[in-house]
Amino acid sequence: MTDRTLRGRVAIVGIGETPYYRHGKSPDPEFVLALKAILAAARDAGIDPRRIDGFASYSNDRNDPSRLAAALGLPELRFSNMQWGGGGGGGSGAVANAAAAVAGGLADCVVVFRALAQGQFQRFGAAPPGGVATGEAALNAPYGVMSPAQRYAMRAMRFLHENRIGDGAQRAIALASYAHAQKNPRAVMHGRPLTAEAYDASRWIVEPWRLFDCCQENDGAAALIIVPAEQAKDFARKPAYLLGAALGSEYRNGARGHNAPLYATSSFTTVAPHLYAMAGVKPSEVDVLQSYENFTGGVLMSLVEHGFFKAEEANDFLVPENLLAPSGKLPLNTSGGNLAECYMHGLELQVEAVRQLRGESTAQVRDPEISMVISGPMVTPVSSMILGSAETL
Amino acid sequence: MSYLKPGLPAPVAENDGLDAPYWEGTRRGELMVQRCKACGTWQWGPEWICHKCLSFDMSWVRVEGRGRIYSWERPWHPVHPALKDQGPYIVVLVELPHAGNIRMLGNLLGDPKQAVRISAEVEAVFEPHDDAKPPFTLVQWKYA
Ligand SMILES: [Zn+2]
Repeated sequence: MTDRTLRGRVAIVGIGETPYYRHGKSPDPEFVLALKAILAAARDAGIDPRRIDGFASYSNDRNDPSRLAAALGLPELRFSNMQWGGGGGGGSGAVANAAAAVAGGLADCVVVFRALAQGQFQRFGAAPPGGVATGEAALNAPYGVMSPAQRYAMRAMRFLHENRIGDGAQRAIALASYAHAQKNPRAVMHGRPLTAEAYDASRWIVEPWRLFDCCQENDGAAALIIVPAEQAKDFARKPAYLLGAALGSEYRNGARGHNAPLYATSSFTTVAPHLYAMAGVKPSEVDVLQSYENFTGGVLMSLVEHGFFKAEEANDFLVPENLLAPSGKLPLNTSGGNLAECYMHGLELQVEAVRQLRGESTAQVRDPEISMVISGPMVTPVSSMILGSAETL
Repeated sequence: MSYLKPGLPAPVAENDGLDAPYWEGTRRGELMVQRCKACGTWQWGPEWICHKCLSFDMSWVRVEGRGRIYSWERPWHPVHPALKDQGPYIVVLVELPHAGNIRMLGNLLGDPKQAVRISAEVEAVFEPHDDAKPPFTLVQWKYA
C-alpha cells in the first residue's frame, strides 16, 4: 500500500450535457457540441468559463484543447491530456488524469469532456469499404471481424461458456437499462420500453449478442468540472468527491491476435483491487453503479471482476429486480446508460454518477453516499472510479 | 472458392516487415509462427521481442495446422459492404496445443448455422485469394 492517493483530493463541481441525438442527427458540428457541453458544465458549477485552465479527454477525441482554449478565450491553458487508446475504457481514466493534474498542482480547474458527431465523421459500428489491412487488423478484418461487437463477442462467449451463464443474465442488464431510460426524458430510448419477449425476439448482431445487448451510437457531448477538494464547497452545487480511480489492464492484455492470456475477462482483474484500495471502499458499500455497456456481456464480466458477485453466481444475481433503482441490491445504469440513454462514449455515466450523489437522478437511489463508475469493459486500458459525498471523506 | 464473399480488406504485411514471414508462408500453404531462439517460447501475434525472456532473437517456425476451438462467434449484422448479402458466418479462435497454446483466428468452414463446440478439434485449410490485389492466402479451419 502507498500513501500517495487521489482520495478526497478533488471534487466534481459541475456537469454539463448537450441534448442527445441518434447518430448523424446532431444539428451542430462536433466542436460546437464540445463547446456547448463545457459551457453547460461551467453554468452548472456557477463559474465563469474563463476559470477553466485544463482539458482532459479520451479515445482520440478530435476537439483539440488549444483550439477549445482559444475559442473560449481562456486567459491561460495549463493542462491538456488524452487518455491513450481503449475507446470508452478511458472514461474514468480521463477523470483520473484531470484529478491527478489538479491534485498535483498542474492546474486548478480542469474540464473532462467527450464530444461525438458521427454524421460529420466515421461511425464506430461500420467499416469503410475495400482497402487493405495491416498489422493486427490483417489478422481480423479478412475474417469479417471489424466492428467492436465482432471484436469482443468471442471474449464474452468464452466467459459465458466457462461459467455456464444462461441467456437471462445478459438480458437482465438490457432490461434494467431500458427500464431506467423510461424515467429519463433525456434518454434517446425514452418512451420505448423493452420487454423480455421483445429482447428474446430481437435479431442477432453477433452471437452471443442481440440488438439490445449492444450500445447505441449517438451524437452529443458531456463535460465535468474538477477542482481541488478544499475549494469544493464554494461552488453552487453539492460536490462529488473523488475517492478512488484506477486504470490499466492485465498481463499482456494487449497481445495481438486475441492472445491475451486472461482472454475471458473485461480487463479489470488487476485494476479493480487498486480502485478499492485507494477509495477505501468495499463492493458491498457501493450504493449505485454505472457500468459502461459496449455490450451486456462486458458489463457482466466487469461486475464479477469488481467483486459484486462471483461468476458462478451470475445467473442468480443478474435478474432485473436486483438492478433497478431505488430498491435493487445494485441499481445499475440508472440513466439508461449507453444502451438506452445515450452513447456519449460513457461520459454520460460519469455525469449520472454525480447526479445520483446530488439526489437529482430520474431513477434516484435513496441517499447514496458511494457512487461508482466502470468504464470500457474488454478493451485495454480500462478504468473505473468511485465518488463519495462529503460524509465519506 | 472462399468462405466469405470477396471484397473485404486484403491483408498485407506491415511496412516494417514484422509479419511478412507469416503472410509469405500462407502463400506456400505453410503455417509459420514465432518461436524464441533463446528460451523456446512460442509467440503469436508476431512481435519484435520475446515476451518471456525479452530476447530479440525470434525465429519463424513452421507448425502443424491442428488445434482446438477456444472460443467462437457468429456475426449476422453486416458491417462492411462486402458482407451485405453474406448472411451469418462463423469466426473461431483456435488454440494450438503443440505450439504453446498460441491462438489463431479464422472462419469455421461448412454450414454457417451449424452448432459450434468449444474444445472441438479442428485443422487448418489454406484459402488462396489469387485474384485479390495484392494476392493473399487465408488460414481457415474445419472440424478434424
Ligand atoms: Zn525468449
